[in-house]
Amino acid sequence: MFLSVNGPQTAGNGRAFWLAFAAVLAAALAYPVFADPYDVGNFAYLLLWVFMAMGLCLIWGYGGMLSFGQTFFFGISGYAYGVLAINFGGADGTTFLALVLAVGLSALAALVLGYFMIWGRVTGVFFGIVTLSATLVLAFFLGQTAGPEWRIGDARLNGFNGMGGMEPLNLPWLDGDSLYFEGTALYYLVVALIVLVYLGLRMLVNSRFGNVLVASREDPQRAELLGYDVRKYQLAAFVLGSSLAGLSGVLYTSWGQFITPSSVGLPAAAMPIVWVAFSGRSDITAALAGSFIVLLLFQTITVYSQQAALILMGAMLLATVMLAPQGFVLGAVRGLARAARRGRLAGQEA
Amino acid sequence: MDGDLLRTQGLTKRFGGHTAVSGVDLAIRQGEIHCLIGPNGAGKSTLFKLIVGTHTPSAGAIFFQDQDVTGARPYQRVQRGMSIKIQAPSVFRELPVRLNLRIALQHHVPRAALAAEEDRLLELVELTADAARPAGQLSHGQQQWLEIGMALALQPRLLLLDEPTAGMSPHETHRTGELIQRLNAQGMTVLVVEHDMTFIRQIAQRVTVLHFGKLFAHGTIAEIVADPRVAEIYLGNTHAA
Repeated sequence: MFLSVNGPQTAGNGRAFWLAFAAVLAAALAYPVFADPYDVGNFAYLLLWVFMAMGLCLIWGYGGMLSFGQTFFFGISGYAYGVLAINFGGADGTTFLALVLAVGLSALAALVLGYFMIWGRVTGVFFGIVTLSATLVLAFFLGQTAGPEWRIGDARLNGFNGMGGMEPLNLPWLDGDSLYFEGTALYYLVVALIVLVYLGLRMLVNSRFGNVLVASREDPQRAELLGYDVRKYQLAAFVLGSSLAGLSGVLYTSWGQFITPSSVGLPAAAMPIVWVAFSGRSDITAALAGSFIVLLLFQTITVYSQQAALILMGAMLLATVMLAPQGFVLGAVRGLARAARRGRLAGQEA
Repeated sequence: MDGDLLRTQGLTKRFGGHTAVSGVDLAIRQGEIHCLIGPNGAGKSTLFKLIVGTHTPSAGAIFFQDQDVTGARPYQRVQRGMSIKIQAPSVFRELPVRLNLRIALQHHVPRAALAAEEDRLLELVELTADAARPAGQLSHGQQQWLEIGMALALQPRLLLLDEPTAGMSPHETHRTGELIQRLNAQGMTVLVVEHDMTFIRQIAQRVTVLHFGKLFAHGTIAEIVADPRVAEIYLGNTHAA
């Protein structure tokens, strides 16, 4: 089946867009050559969150399901990676096996939770409430695992102190050495994954599947009256988007070799909503670029004051709701496109 | 019965203590335009919703092409050959007109043939010039036509239309009637729920009258118009006109 990365469900489809994409990608690939290794590792940290944002964009922006559950799946996969990597020993490529299994666990959890919600006709704000509840239950559960009895094999969960000691992602390399995905190597791995996921999602949303998914967001009954079992499309989007949050969770745990329940709690659960709402939830490119910008801004301000950064997030959400419900980044891009069109027309008339 | 595309048997729908549809036996013959009429509150729309599957019957059964579809969900009925246009205009408002049609077409039309089929339908419902506009920007009548186009895109065996001319001008209503007649001439069976008697007279081959949720009368349009009982409950002065 032929799948196109261009189509009606994505904002940038023209030659200019793909030239800009190539330029940004080239800059991203060249960045470690010029930057300080510490900054490269820091950038890898910022970039690993965008999988969660792109997943939410698919679930909420394209599928119309407001999910507060991204951190739930982030936590499941993050902890699962830790437990598996510790128990596997972390050598001979087993960390990548742990990655696959941990993301698969998120997919399975999303399949079960999504099935009961979607087949149970949980929609609108109630979808958000149920997914938020799942997140809070997981955060509460993880917080009370401080005792020594809370261990899985060799991995102790450690309650609020968090779980550590797992190996970062690594592969067997030349001369019996291992290639550890830390710093620059992790950065390149994350960039490669972003390109793969981004292009894959563009193909998906511009395919027949994407058309039906968007139709189910617009009017589920109408979509069903066209012969589609919209529940299957919604569930597939939910599982895929949630698995991407799981991928962020694995990369996060691998990056810091540490994960705590606070990465699953209420403030963490609200963050992806702010990133994606501010960026523009109905376009995957806006969600990707906007989330990265917001994350960069958030981290820059956090250095001076975490409270100020949280207040800024709240202000951004309010501003989005009141001034640009379609999202600031997407709104700005569309405004520029309109201006360019007007300019071209004026040029032709002249 | 042979020749019946759709058949209901003792179809009943109760909402609490109120019986909206009561023991209706309806038969839609292959290749006809069948109109379902009745005064306000007669149960027309409820019966329509039972047939399309958005309501579950309290009792009775529905057969489509001699298959029992009583428990089938709406999408399953559509996959078996029904195509449904509900009462209120229901298009994907944020999506371009062409994409609305594509979503309806992509079920059974190969990718390579999609654009040509979209063009054909756009021309049929006279929306070629509006193909790139969001469907929500169309006039009420245009949205009704777009929805009819989406229903036709499914290449149905039975086209079900609930008040397809609601909100249309007399001219648009007449053209809609012509379109339905044209489709019927090509072999499509059509069930229309309507209360506009001018429109009914234009298109109907057989008519079923509902009253208080029960089947009150059925026959050709000439028989129904000539029935004084029908005139009394529903037609009023329109009958004399």
